[in-house]
Amino acid sequence: MNNILEYMEQTAPRVPDKLAFAGENSELSFGQVFARSKGIGTALSARGYYREPVVVYMHKSPDMVNAFFGVVYSGCFYVPIDEEMPAHRIGLIFGALDPRVVICDGNTRDKAEALGFGGEILMFDDIRDTAEDPAALAKIRKAALDVDPIYIVFTSGSTGVPKGVVACHRSVIDYIETLSEALGFSSETVFGNQTPLYFDACLKELYPTLKFGATTYLIPKKLFMFPVKLVEYLNEKRINTVCWVVSALTMISAFGTFDTVKPEYLRTVAFGSEVFPIKQFNLWRQALPEATFTNLYGPTEATGMCCFYRVDREFGPGDVIPIGGPFRNTEILLLKDDNTLAAPGETGEICVRGTSVTLGYYNNPEKTAESFVQNPLNKAYPEIIYRTGDLARRNDRGELEFISRKDYQIKHMGHRIELGEIEAVVNLEDGIRSSCCIFDDVKKKIVLYYTGDVEKGDLSGKLRAGLPRYMLPHAVIQIDSMPFTPNGKIDRKLLKERWMQGGQ
Amino acid sequence: MDKLLEILKEIHADVDYDTCETLIDDGILDSFDIISIITEISSEFDVQIPANEIVPENFNSAAALWKLIEKLEDE
Repeated sequence: MNNILEYMEQTAPRVPDKLAFAGENSELSFGQVFARSKGIGTALSARGYYREPVVVYMHKSPDMVNAFFGVVYSGCFYVPIDEEMPAHRIGLIFGALDPRVVICDGNTRDKAEALGFGGEILMFDDIRDTAEDPAALAKIRKAALDVDPIYIVFTSGSTGVPKGVVACHRSVIDYIETLSEALGFSSETVFGNQTPLYFDACLKELYPTLKFGATTYLIPKKLFMFPVKLVEYLNEKRINTVCWVVSALTMISAFGTFDTVKPEYLRTVAFGSEVFPIKQFNLWRQALPEATFTNLYGPTEATGMCCFYRVDREFGPGDVIPIGGPFRNTEILLLKDDNTLAAPGETGEICVRGTSVTLGYYNNPEKTAESFVQNPLNKAYPEIIYRTGDLARRNDRGELEFISRKDYQIKHMGHRIELGEIEAVVNLEDGIRSSCCIFDDVKKKIVLYYTGDVEKGDLSGKLRAGLPRYMLPHAVIQIDSMPFTPNGKIDRKLLKERWMQGGQ
Repeated sequence: MDKLLEILKEIHADVDYDTCETLIDDGILDSFDIISIITEISSEFDVQIPANEIVPENFNSAAALWKLIEKLEDE
């Protein structure tokens, strides 16, 4: 198998009438997705677009998913853009891409025009029913290689300029095969998608749906505000599999939803991107004793996720849920600062080796060269690994444990401190909802932000009992809600900026 | 009610809470706003909003939210 579209070509003729993708206002069967994808591919090709980025700027919907596959049929690669993304960021992305064509829908057309975009704007509704040109599509396929790009997704760069990660067929096929194996997807799987379509996170649902002839519901975003309604939706659609960010799961458990209603069909729960507070995690396990829980870890630059740990034991306060080990056909090298391998228990940077490593950052050789580097353990031939900037260690069971971003490791009064370790202790306290530590490198102060029902004074007292003196925060600040990045991770950069500017 | 309006103003100062009845339907409040509102209410009014009351009808307007607080205070 060399092309991601083969999943659809094998499945659609087998189950043409089965529901493939459903959203709030529309749904598509496999037969429809298949026919329209080829139509969209034909339309793009007939207009001369080939081997170039095609921006998909649409409202999150089954149609948007359909547009992705259509772009791949044309031999181009899709670049999904968030409908709600600020114009400034879209401008930066267009600057990096220099695209000739954008696919829009009624929600986004005016916004695309307002950007001053000079290329062609195609309306999804106008191209979706294009008659397939089998000869043109066959010619494109014959020339396609498995190392050709499928998509570019943009991640936030530390400098504020987004970086476009380019992934090819081979990496995505490798990911879908090994992820499906690890989580046990099948034709019976009913996904409830939470993550946005403009990140690689949604690969977990979109491509296994095609591979197995499964079904994906794109859950209306609004439901993530209303825990009981959300669980009722899961039950109504008989959703049995979710791959969500931790904060979406804790939103359900933290408000006592399980006392009212439980997800009746849910059997596979995968989570990632953030540390799961153990108290909330155990509420989930009690509510769903039959379900499997899997912690996922991975950077966009290594195609979705690259490590997983299927929970196989009890976790109590103070325990860390490991990120486990790599998927089949991926290796994790834990490299120390001197580029040698970390021994068990030693901290090292997570470096990814294998087919899952993406092609690099689009139109950005400098940033690509910084993190897509020659494997320092291999002097014999070219071999690129991806340096994640994340720190981990192997526990005494041989499992990888995530520690923190490399940037959160600070040196203070001669001690090496992981800010993530301070947060882990804070999160153990009753009533803490979330916490985030930043380091003021000018005044050399550790600053702790937290949300929850704990008095500042009480918390400081408890921390004194749980942390070595040198790790105690110098300032503790209670806030009403944590700022989040578009990825759903706590926005450390923003908190630090606020602090450095003298605010709280 | 003034205390509630203060909480809401803190979150979006530019919304007219006296007249707006579509805080949820029009996407004015997002999920992080809801979580902060629930947190603030529980500390200011000493009531816990149970999960089955976290529904759009109770958050669409300041008046609906105030009615919910009064109901919970009576219980």
